[in-house]
Amino acid sequence: MNSILESFKQAFYLILHLDRELLEIILLSLKVSGTALAIATLTGFPAGALLGLKNFFGRNAIITLLNTFMGLPPVVVGLFLYLLLSRSGPLGFLSLLYTPSAMIIAQSILAFPIVAAITHSSIVKVNPTVKLAAKTLGATPFQIALTMIRETRYGIMAGVCAALGRVMAEVGAILIVGGNIAGYTRVMTTTIALETDKGNFELAMALGIILLCISFIINIILFSIQKKGTKESSQWL
Amino acid sequence: MALSLIISNIKKSYKDKKVLDGCSFSFEQSGVYVLMGPNGSGKSTLLRICALLESPDDGEIIYYEDGKVVENNLNLRRRITLLLPNIGIFNTTVFKNVAYGLKIRGMNKGEIKERVEKALDFVGLLHKKKQNALSLSSGEAKRMGIARAIVLEPEFLFLDEPTASVDQENTEIIENIITQLKQRLNSIIIMATHDYQSAKRTGDILLFLEKGKLTRTSVCSESPFQLLQGML
Repeated sequence: MNSILESFKQAFYLILHLDRELLEIILLSLKVSGTALAIATLTGFPAGALLGLKNFFGRNAIITLLNTFMGLPPVVVGLFLYLLLSRSGPLGFLSLLYTPSAMIIAQSILAFPIVAAITHSSIVKVNPTVKLAAKTLGATPFQIALTMIRETRYGIMAGVCAALGRVMAEVGAILIVGGNIAGYTRVMTTTIALETDKGNFELAMALGIILLCISFIINIILFSIQKKGTKESSQWL
Repeated sequence: MALSLIISNIKKSYKDKKVLDGCSFSFEQSGVYVLMGPNGSGKSTLLRICALLESPDDGEIIYYEDGKVVENNLNLRRRITLLLPNIGIFNTTVFKNVAYGLKIRGMNKGEIKERVEKALDFVGLLHKKKQNALSLSSGEAKRMGIARAIVLEPEFLFLDEPTASVDQENTEIIENIITQLKQRLNSIIIMATHDYQSAKRTGDILLFLEKGKLTRTSVCSESPFQLLQGML
């Protein structure tokens, strides 16, 4: 019990004094997760919108696949990516293994299905009368699609927040493809795992608290978005 | 010459159910045509087909202007509009809902503002222009739907059950709006309803839809010369 309290004390000391090592780890975490989220949003959003707006052969299979991949185990992604990026792998010539780029790719793969699947499900839930109304007012198919997307903005934003939560908390994939190299690929979650193994609970605890704070902020945003969406959609009834 | 519409032998089925079975009519003179019939008789289907939102299984929908057939394209679709029974409210302000049709036509902001405010004033909702449209009552939502349609100054205005699920006060307001529209717009208004009293108060020509056919017509107001004039 005393060691836990001591760890907390040390952790707050580290946070308050913003240790340089700690700051670097936090910044790299935000950079990797932020970039991965941007990539996942830029690819997942159009993919989800296409699935929500168009009917084509194989659409249902893709939707089922995306929903399955929402729960993709990070270590499996890490392993798959490791095999692709390792020196003997098909993409070995890119020399990306054990770099932040490999970590970004891994997190993008994990976040993509979340953004795409939530975008798709938000679009298909839009009241069909809205689509018809846009058509009666003279909208072109492209303008109708934009209108539908605009109607789902809260759902899509919630999807992006959920994906951010996923990448921020992820450890398995980035540990495998990043290698947890100090000052280069070491991020918050991998540091927590390493320092816990080493028995350095102070730094692990400090990072844990920061990670929880970030997660808490994300959840506040997510909750407020969902609350706004629920409030507005309840007015349909 | 204004736009006119001829529907010829329209047939439509959903799965095994035959909804329309050879509807024919000619809408040429401006005024309010009231389409009546029991629930499920195909009124809404006929309106959607006439408004070019659905295709018939058989038969023709032809819009004419100056004796020539008008091609069925976006330009034609933008000259007609349909007010849906559930309106289809966009999750934004009343102003932006009404401005939607003008915005997608690429109109400038100043003109949009002027026309939207005029339309909202006409339906008595100008004071609610900044309110989220989803928070309007059902009667107000119908009025907003009318404003959203008339701001486009359509040559053909289809109204699908404009007074359904609306309280007496709003029904009277909507009927009054339709009556004023008749004088203001030199357009053809085709309204589906099953409220005979409402039809009598607002309509010029009454059409009955029974068993998939436009079976008979009679005059709503004092214009007996219009009786059966439009029937093919």
